[in-house]
Amino acid sequence: MLREDILTTIEKNSRVDVHELAVRLGSEDDVIASEMEKMEEEGVICGYHTMIDWDKTGVDKVTALIEVRVTLQRGQGFDGIAERIYKYPEVKSVYLISGGYDLLVTIEGRSIKEVSSFVHTKLSTMENVLSTSTHFILKTYKDHGTIMTKPEEDERQMITP
Amino acid sequence: MRDPLNKTVPGIKPSGIRKFFDLVSEMKDAISLGVGEPDFDTPWHVRDEAIYSLEKGRTFYTSNAGLMELRDEIAAYIKRKLSVSYEPSKEIMVTVGGSEGIDLALRAMLDPGDEVLIPQPCYVSYEPCTILAGGVPVYINLKAENEFRLTAAELEAVITDRTKILILPFPNNPTGAVMEKKDLEEIAKVIEKHDIFVITDEIYCELYYKDEYTSIIQLPGMRERTVYINGFSKAYAMTGWRLGYVCAPELILKQMLKIHQFAIMCAPTTSQYAAVDAIKNGDEDVKLMRSAYDQRRRFLLDAFKNMGLECFEPFGAFYVFPSVKQFGLTSEEFAGKFLEAEKVAVVPGTAFGECGEGYVRISYAYSIEKLKTAMGRLEHFIKNMK
Repeated sequence: MLREDILTTIEKNSRVDVHELAVRLGSEDDVIASEMEKMEEEGVICGYHTMIDWDKTGVDKVTALIEVRVTLQRGQGFDGIAERIYKYPEVKSVYLISGGYDLLVTIEGRSIKEVSSFVHTKLSTMENVLSTSTHFILKTYKDHGTIMTKPEEDERQMITP
Repeated sequence: MRDPLNKTVPGIKPSGIRKFFDLVSEMKDAISLGVGEPDFDTPWHVRDEAIYSLEKGRTFYTSNAGLMELRDEIAAYIKRKLSVSYEPSKEIMVTVGGSEGIDLALRAMLDPGDEVLIPQPCYVSYEPCTILAGGVPVYINLKAENEFRLTAAELEAVITDRTKILILPFPNNPTGAVMEKKDLEEIAKVIEKHDIFVITDEIYCELYYKDEYTSIIQLPGMRERTVYINGFSKAYAMTGWRLGYVCAPELILKQMLKIHQFAIMCAPTTSQYAAVDAIKNGDEDVKLMRSAYDQRRRFLLDAFKNMGLECFEPFGAFYVFPSVKQFGLTSEEFAGKFLEAEKVAVVPGTAFGECGEGYVRISYAYSIEKLKTAMGRLEHFIKNMK
């Protein structure tokens, strides 16, 4: 229960410090600290990243979702193929999924050209890959549960009984 | 020209909150901790259901008592939450907010001169509604040393031959106080002994930060003499939808419904369709909001402790009620100076009854980030005062 409370809280804001977490969850500093350390060791907490809306910066970023169909050889599973793909730093995520294709791969690059070239030269040429279908992301509305628009103003009356 | 007004209404004091409201409204960049409604938006699936009902053209009156489907769902909710049964067709009605239910109950039950016991500090409408219904308000001044709970002795002390109704405003606005099972059992004995009735306003019942919630209607003999008021505003962040409900014995509800039928006709139809979805599918939303409020509650109490501001631990609603007596100012002076110096608005305790003197109400229906900024300013203010 405490673990779940810690996780749901830092999932929204990983910058909350240990003491504040302890106060908010009605626990003790050292309990929270050791629980978090344990979860880091166990790989429950895999990292503390930052949500960035790159569209609002001057930095060029292009993201594509790529559907990948693969073929399996005898004695071979998806894990090996996934590993060959996710080891590329350009690859931001790899999911094994149900449905019409097998892997969903997210790739990030500086330009459409760069991403396309990665798909053509690296991804499509893998021997297990049958086909790919690339979808470039044109606009991000919501990511990781966060809506990428300006926070709305508080429209409530200032004082109400 | 003759006096166009009736003799009662002009004598009713305007809400004590009004004066402060005007002051705050002029200050554009102030942070307000003075709001008595959730900061969350109504869950999207509820809003979506309302939009859908509009698209389907469900824009007609419902029956006076409200959509049967909604009353069924209310009965099911009370059953699963409190294990108490109400007959949806005879003992439940849907109202325009919990406030309408309070007004209806007082109007249906009071004769001129009947006394209504009002524990204070409390929400602002019990007193005027009592007066408008011809009743006489009798106040019970709740005490900080009892964590603003109502005790049997306090109740016993004010009962007279004319006492008819006890208002039970818990979880409480503005103090955040709650009544636990043992507290309710004590006062239930007094209620039964003197044969008085109860209007229990449990609009904040979902915002309860202890293990098991108890309502007075769960105690033996109490359901039959109680008007139970609840609504969607606080639990599902639906204040603007104006939707509440009443559960009461048929004898009382039937007469309340008569007034409602002529004065209101029915609660807003769109809101009722939204409410069906809220009460059926909203448990998870309530849980998430409750957990967020609980974190903020703990955060504020810790901040008060660190800055030496005295406050009992409240276990309900979304208010804390710290004492400002150590500064030698009235509640109103404290709130005024704090607003002026630090641009943070809190509500003087006196807006909720005279015995709120020496306290201020701070609402935590705000994000943690906003509360942090406000607490920084409060600490700064207090340091300068000492």
